[in-house]
Amino acid sequence: MVRYVVLSHGEVLSRTLAILRREEMDIICCVKQVPDTEAEIRPTADHMGINYEGVKFVINVYDEYAIEEALRIKERLADVSVTIVTLAPSRGVEAVRTALAMGADKGVLLDDPILLKGDAHATAKALAAAIKMMPHDLILCGLRAIDDDSFQVGQIIAESLGLPGVMGVVKIDISADKKQALVHRQIEGGVEVLAVRLPAVLGATKGLNEPRYPSLPGIMKAKKKEIGRCTLGDLGLTPDDVAAKTRVTVYSLPPIRKGGKVIEGATPEEKAAQLARLLREEAKVI
Amino acid sequence: MPGILVYAEHKDGKIKKVAFEILSEAKKLAARKGEALCAALIGSEVEQLAQLLAPYGAERVYCVESDLLANYTTGGYAKALCDLIRQVDPSIVLFGASINGKDLSARVAGRLGVGLTTDCTGIDLDEGGRLVVRRPMFSGKVYADVVFSDSLPQMASIRPNVFIAKADEGRTAEVVKLTSTLTAEDLMVELLEVIKIGGEKPDLTEAEIIVSGGRGMKGPENFQILETLADVLGGVVGASRSAVDAGWRPQSDQVGQSGKVVSPNLYIAVGISGAIQHLAGMGTSKVIVAINKDPEAPIFKKADYGIVDDLFAVIPPLIEECKKLKGE
Repeated sequence: MVRYVVLSHGEVLSRTLAILRREEMDIICCVKQVPDTEAEIRPTADHMGINYEGVKFVINVYDEYAIEEALRIKERLADVSVTIVTLAPSRGVEAVRTALAMGADKGVLLDDPILLKGDAHATAKALAAAIKMMPHDLILCGLRAIDDDSFQVGQIIAESLGLPGVMGVVKIDISADKKQALVHRQIEGGVEVLAVRLPAVLGATKGLNEPRYPSLPGIMKAKKKEIGRCTLGDLGLTPDDVAAKTRVTVYSLPPIRKGGKVIEGATPEEKAAQLARLLREEAKVI
Repeated sequence: MPGILVYAEHKDGKIKKVAFEILSEAKKLAARKGEALCAALIGSEVEQLAQLLAPYGAERVYCVESDLLANYTTGGYAKALCDLIRQVDPSIVLFGASINGKDLSARVAGRLGVGLTTDCTGIDLDEGGRLVVRRPMFSGKVYADVVFSDSLPQMASIRPNVFIAKADEGRTAEVVKLTSTLTAEDLMVELLEVIKIGGEKPDLTEAEIIVSGGRGMKGPENFQILETLADVLGGVVGASRSAVDAGWRPQSDQVGQSGKVVSPNLYIAVGISGAIQHLAGMGTSKVIVAINKDPEAPIFKKADYGIVDDLFAVIPPLIEECKKLKGE
């Protein structure tokens, strides 16, 4: 597709030099479409699946941090392109479109019934295969998806591509030459400061940024942006390459916590005293 | 030779409690399988920690030591652990689901091409001696029973404070030092600095007692009484999303679906209504206490003990009562 854009002479020169120097930076954002956090999640009647009827789907919030960061890098440095990659059934195109409306440039949907049967490991391998087929200087994803909570896809993509993987990032500074990233990684009780050579996979977590809402002009522009579709064959993979290594046999509701005692008492002081006693003598936790 | 291997994470010269919990639970599985229960220690000076694992069931402790492993890096630890796994050839590898445990297990699973289940709350064996696990999904709204393909080792990370650590002090373990062909390049990143936040207090995810405040606290200065209660009990202070979004508490204090998942022995929810997203973050706490003046607050359905009253009238006397008990 040919785009005509009006540029000043200066812009033409710097862009030409950038292309010649190959300064263009390609950021890939791995995005997952998940049930909204308000959704009530129930197993199917046979307990072998999840009942998604009536469930609203949204972009995984941790991936929103990744998209937002990619857009901020694009705004800060010149010649950055942001591509969204999503593995989902057809409804996933909505998630891609939303990311494009936020400001990403193009998207790819991995839509294949075999891919949908995979676990986190298989998903990561498929995403890695797709990423390998495009220029990639930086891969941003969410630390976790709020449906599976597996925390695996980011590191397994990194491993599949032979790249450094840093998960749980709350700050990213890309060097001016776009070759390195200085990142802050969240750990228990603190933060690690790491220097990472690009390309690398960085997993975003809460605290990295506040994601923007798509603007109306953004939504209109997104309608014209390209979303490619990929099947297993397009990725050069066989079903064996993406066979799941784990499988859910039964879904069940969480163990019911029996609603406990509401502590009676004439005054707050009495209730407090009773509680302290129960915690010491009955629950034995203090 | 087959065996069950437990990755023993350590920090500042101490082994993380979750390693003791996993060993205690895995002992039963190893006995049923007729295989040895072993542990892996990776770092720069870890041999001295090895015998600490014996009381909890480790029969053999494998150590990989290198200056390059003085600090955790995904690349360095993954290389060392994969080298160890290839030499030891266990059938099952278990990790604590700490931040680095989840990180390391994922990289190792990718490198070895094996299955991994994260943040498990139950482990067992099927009739064939293969690992089966139970784990929360959708932030605890649903639990899944999961089985593995035949690729070995089968790997799982375990939620802290779910299994119970049981020590049998008379036991000793065989200590085996293994070498690793680790080079600086394997680290893949350069660790420049570690910035500590929160002083000496344990992280929420590792705390045994948490006193958590929500919108009912009405303002940041009121969290002082929760800090005092937490200090008396030897716990830490957490917060609901409302309190964090209002700017009353830092992000790192947030418990819930988009915050931290905690599993303490005691969780006291003060002025917290108990939205699904909050419950997702503390649902496996052993004992839950709710203090809220709204009798309809959903938190009361999950709480083991509840007080329906004004938290500002309850907390001060509660502090005094707990001080008295602690003084005994």
